[in-house]
Amino acid sequence: MAAATKFDLKLGAATREAFGKTLALIARTNPDVVVCDADLSKSTNTHFFAKEFPDRFFSCGIAESNMVAIGAGLAYGGKIPFVSSFSAFVMNKGFEQLRVTVAYPNLNVKVVGTHSGISIGEDGPSQMSIEEIALACSLPGFVVLSPADEVSMAALMHLATAHVGPVFIRAGRMKAPVVYRADRKFEIGKAIEVIDGSDVTIIGTGLLLAEAVRAAETLESEGISTRVMDIHTVKPIDRDAIARAAAETGAIVVAEEHLVDGGLGVRVAQVVAETNPCVMEFVGIQNTFAESASPEELLDKYGLLARDVAAAARKAVARKRA
Amino acid sequence: MPETKSLEELQVIARRVRREIVEMIYEAKSGHPGGSLSAVETLISLYFQVMRHDPKNPKWKDRDRFILSKGHACPVLYAVMAECGYTPVDQLNTLRKMGSIYQGHPDVRFIPSLDASTGSLGEGVSLAIGMGLAARLNGSPSRTFAMLGDGEIQEGQVWEAAMFGAFHKMDNVVAIVDYNHIQLDGFVKDIMEVAPLADKWKAFGWHVISVDGHSIPALETAFAEAAATKGVPTVVIANTVKGKGVSFMENNPKFHGMAPTADEFRLAMQELQ
Ligand SMILES: Cc1ncc(C[n+]2csc(CCOP(=O)(O)OP(=O)(O)O)c2C)c(N)n1
Ligand SMILES: [Mg+2]
Repeated sequence: MAAATKFDLKLGAATREAFGKTLALIARTNPDVVVCDADLSKSTNTHFFAKEFPDRFFSCGIAESNMVAIGAGLAYGGKIPFVSSFSAFVMNKGFEQLRVTVAYPNLNVKVVGTHSGISIGEDGPSQMSIEEIALACSLPGFVVLSPADEVSMAALMHLATAHVGPVFIRAGRMKAPVVYRADRKFEIGKAIEVIDGSDVTIIGTGLLLAEAVRAAETLESEGISTRVMDIHTVKPIDRDAIARAAAETGAIVVAEEHLVDGGLGVRVAQVVAETNPCVMEFVGIQNTFAESASPEELLDKYGLLARDVAAAARKAVARKRA
Repeated sequence: MPETKSLEELQVIARRVRREIVEMIYEAKSGHPGGSLSAVETLISLYFQVMRHDPKNPKWKDRDRFILSKGHACPVLYAVMAECGYTPVDQLNTLRKMGSIYQGHPDVRFIPSLDASTGSLGEGVSLAIGMGLAARLNGSPSRTFAMLGDGEIQEGQVWEAAMFGAFHKMDNVVAIVDYNHIQLDGFVKDIMEVAPLADKWKAFGWHVISVDGHSIPALETAFAEAAATKGVPTVVIANTVKGKGVSFMENNPKFHGMAPTADEFRLAMQELQ
């Protein structure tokens, strides 16, 4: 049993910033990369690209469904379009276009939704996306990525660009704790075991991966050996890693900044049910919209902190042993 | 109904509302001053001169309704509703804070006297038409007003609603476009031009009134003309200045969604005395 690695979890760039900067970087060597944005380029961070490549940047105005279908047209024309807005708008207003116009013909469109989750804070529920993992996963053929920090966002952006086919990438507004060393290798569809352990597995994604790591450190000090796994690719999901965790630890907690309904948790549960059924607990948003407050207050109130993840893990371990 | 007020009194209220907007956004450290300040006179005219409503009886079935389709400008709506007596003035500075009724976008869960929750742009005219249809079915004299941003009308849904509104002769619906020429990423003309605005609405079959959106008497006259217009819906194009009343916010895209610093706040409050 390996001792938990020490993580300092220093605050790094927000994943939206890592997205915007990597996008501009990729575009320097890939002339096919083009970008559409819907009057939020200052917030999504596509402004870095827009400044450097004004001819390949299309400001679509406040018109997300139109933007998605324009992206589809660009893909038919051989381009690699990144269409971006707040997740709440591109996924919800653009969903019909994503379904029939992008997913159905399996077009090479990359959708990047920023300001995901409730940690956007004060703007409140209309701008918070808490359902887009469910939406994106219901699009046949889509790859669905949910990076936890600047390192994984940068790596996954390169992989998403190289992948031929539709991709959704989830990004957050807040500065995100850095979990990974800069040289960490990523592979689409391959989960990463961040900490090894044998009593329980905590699967985290996005902002909740760092909370999972913090929870694991607490649990370790209580004598609960905790495995932490990053599912940065929600679809296609890493069935082998999940089946192994279920068999080897016999208890799984899934933690995500998303509605429990239709989120990563239910997708992991399906794999667990089909392979090695075991005790499971779910940390996520429970059948409610959030409200306006600071990101910290909201993560606290809606139960998305390390404390909540640790409590779920203790419960899972107790149920396993009962 | 709030008692009738003189133009001078309304102008005093407008200044106070502007101070309240700047102060609540300053205290919240985030929010949207530009599009709140551009809409002050329009909301004052509606709530103090035009709409039939009763702060003591907010659920009165036959009241006129107001939908802030550009929900991010809610500070102006909160300040005006508080001035009318719907909600506490002394809590305005809790805007966007945990537990506040003054949410970052209008939220009927927290303020039941709001006529609609908004925040996703593009939906207000459709909502107003639905309310107008219900009023028609109910035989109610209720009229519905929806305020849109000039960037917001880039949403295709606005034009789907426009087509419906004219086809169904929704003369109990009034759309208002806050024509302040700025959206989030910059000037409307540089992002996605919406001009010629009046011609577009005319082509969709609406009665169009273009008005100085900072003149309370001109707005009152425009809304009277809207009420007298039968058989077609009316759109009031309110020509405004984004950030109106605070020199360094006026016509400045930076203050679409940015709170003032401490120095800027002091300066703004001086200008608004
Ligand atoms: C559907 C949707 N897309 C994007 C946004 C983000 N957003 C908030 S305000 C704004 C700009 C609005 O500009 P405008 O309509 O001109 O409003 P105003 O100038 O009156 O503030 C944007 C893009 C949103 N709230 N809803
Ligand atoms: Mg505007």
